[in-house]
Amino acid sequence: MSTESRLRIVWIYPDLLSTYGDRGNLLIIERRAALRGFAVECIEVRSDQSLPEHGDIYLLGGGEDGPQALAAQRLRADGGLHRAVVRGAVAFAVCAGYQLLGESFFAKGAQYPGLHLLDLKSDRGPSRAVGELAGEVNPALGLPPLTGFENHGGRTHLGPEAHPLAEITTGIGNNGTDEGAWRGRVLGTYLHGPALARNPALSDLLLLWATGVTPTPINDTWPERLRRERLAAVGFR
Amino acid sequence: MTAKGLPLRSKLATSLSRSAAALSRAAGRGDGSVIGGRIGLIIDPELLANLAAGRDIALISGTNGKTTTTRLTTAAMSILGRVATNGLGANMPTGHASALAKAGTTRYAVLEVDEHYLDQVLTATRPRVVGLLNLSRDQLDRAKEVAMMADLWRTTIEAHPEVHIVANADDPMVTWAAATAKSVTWVAAGQRWHDDSWVCPECGARIERDGDRWWCNGCSLSRPTPQWAVASGGVIDPSGTYRDVRLQLPGRVNLANAATALAIATCFGAPIIHALPRLADVTSIAGRYATVVRDERTIRLLLAKNPAGWLEAFDMAEQAPTLLSINARDPDGLDTSWLYDVDFSPLRGRRVLITGDRAMDLAVRLEVNGVPFDHVTSFGQALAAVPPGWFEVIANYTAFQDIRAELDRVN
Repeated sequence: MSTESRLRIVWIYPDLLSTYGDRGNLLIIERRAALRGFAVECIEVRSDQSLPEHGDIYLLGGGEDGPQALAAQRLRADGGLHRAVVRGAVAFAVCAGYQLLGESFFAKGAQYPGLHLLDLKSDRGPSRAVGELAGEVNPALGLPPLTGFENHGGRTHLGPEAHPLAEITTGIGNNGTDEGAWRGRVLGTYLHGPALARNPALSDLLLLWATGVTPTPINDTWPERLRRERLAAVGFR
Repeated sequence: MTAKGLPLRSKLATSLSRSAAALSRAAGRGDGSVIGGRIGLIIDPELLANLAAGRDIALISGTNGKTTTTRLTTAAMSILGRVATNGLGANMPTGHASALAKAGTTRYAVLEVDEHYLDQVLTATRPRVVGLLNLSRDQLDRAKEVAMMADLWRTTIEAHPEVHIVANADDPMVTWAAATAKSVTWVAAGQRWHDDSWVCPECGARIERDGDRWWCNGCSLSRPTPQWAVASGGVIDPSGTYRDVRLQLPGRVNLANAATALAIATCFGAPIIHALPRLADVTSIAGRYATVVRDERTIRLLLAKNPAGWLEAFDMAEQAPTLLSINARDPDGLDTSWLYDVDFSPLRGRRVLITGDRAMDLAVRLEVNGVPFDHVTSFGQALAAVPPGWFEVIANYTAFQDIRAELDRVN
């Protein structure tokens, strides 16, 4: 967390990367940080603005092919996200945003270079992955089961430097076996729902990474009921 | 073409289509507005084109307001003669064939068209006028993205220069799609939801807005000068004359729908002065906007199928106890993420109840949005929980149908 006492959440390019309720991830982190007593500053950065480098948590959403390619191009030229991550900032990316953190991705039938923040490559799958997803989170992260809704045409192949976020029991995720990826404090997933509304513990993990403080328990009655319902709906044991 | 002039195969198809629709209604399996057309189109693939031939047709499409605007346009055009219409919202080719077959010979037809089918239906029915209302995100797990939809429309319109377009000048995506037309009537129909039109569909630059005006930062796309506009309690017609509009339907969005309906009707020669009073004939549409009195509560039903529709519903809803019901069955779209695209804060300060298959998704959303609520597991429980008086119900598609069923399928 930056030297000032304020937690800075940077939402990257909502004009290009914001679909399927992605703003929800920002709202969830903001609320959960505020309930723990953090003063929170949310900074929305448009694609024609330069990225602030003093952020604590950077969020990337999903988007169509054209905006995804444009966002990757602008972020590469900007360089700010890369410098922030090297400094130790947290990055959380969803869907198109997740793909562009890797080495390369496919959009509009062509391959585009990504940001090289995660060791992974994405290409097109044989069919669109649409529906509920559930899985066991990588034990190293110490989180309860993952739940969410996926809607993407991509398949993602992890290199040795990236850890899968979860082993899936329902859905397609990266490749039909695992879903999402993380390394250091950079974490990506295909999940909407939004992901942090369906997985509050994941939101708290990002807060822990950003602040160094284990978040105190809060009343999660409604999110827990939602999780139980969604996991039961896909027969998660 | 009149029924007498139909090719033999079409006559047979029409007759069987009507019988199937009647059977479906008699069997209580639905209103028969799809099955009849489906059977007819199997027997005669050209049935829709044959049934449309010889009629003066208006098509109406867009993400929201199609059914209402179709009703209003039909009412406005009824002063000219008999009008065939698919008034129950069956807006794909089977529904169009059913509606035309059922109506028999009419001079006019007003057809609501699902946005994805505009090209197919336009080609088959050769309309004189096409009304384009708005484009926004809707059932994203299934529907085409907004930019792709606009592109599809644009290509369709460019390929049919003979068709006159009536289009919403306040929606950049609709404007861009309609801009390839040879002749357009622009209606300032409003756009409460901006979040699908910040990026120019022509050049990818940012769309800027200042009051009613909008323009692209990177190219010449900008808001056309509208011929029709909405004013408080009425509309302003192309001569600049203010016209008082008395509607039974709530909200500014329905005044805008009325302006579009009048703009379309006048293209067919309907005098505004005679068309105007007919708009008040439209009360509720398949339960939408209907009010039902039950146990001393006046229940009003509002349908909201997507983020833009929810914003419009909040604009219409009175300051009264409000039930929100959300499902995510096939017709609704399976993904509830859109709940985070809607700002529910206008509901703060009133009693909010939630129900439906996906009430838990809504619960988490409202908690984050700072809107206190109570969860109820049935419509009856909701009714018992609110005091006598006005009671607003806002629901998405199948949730709305569930509640309508509780109220004896109110129309």
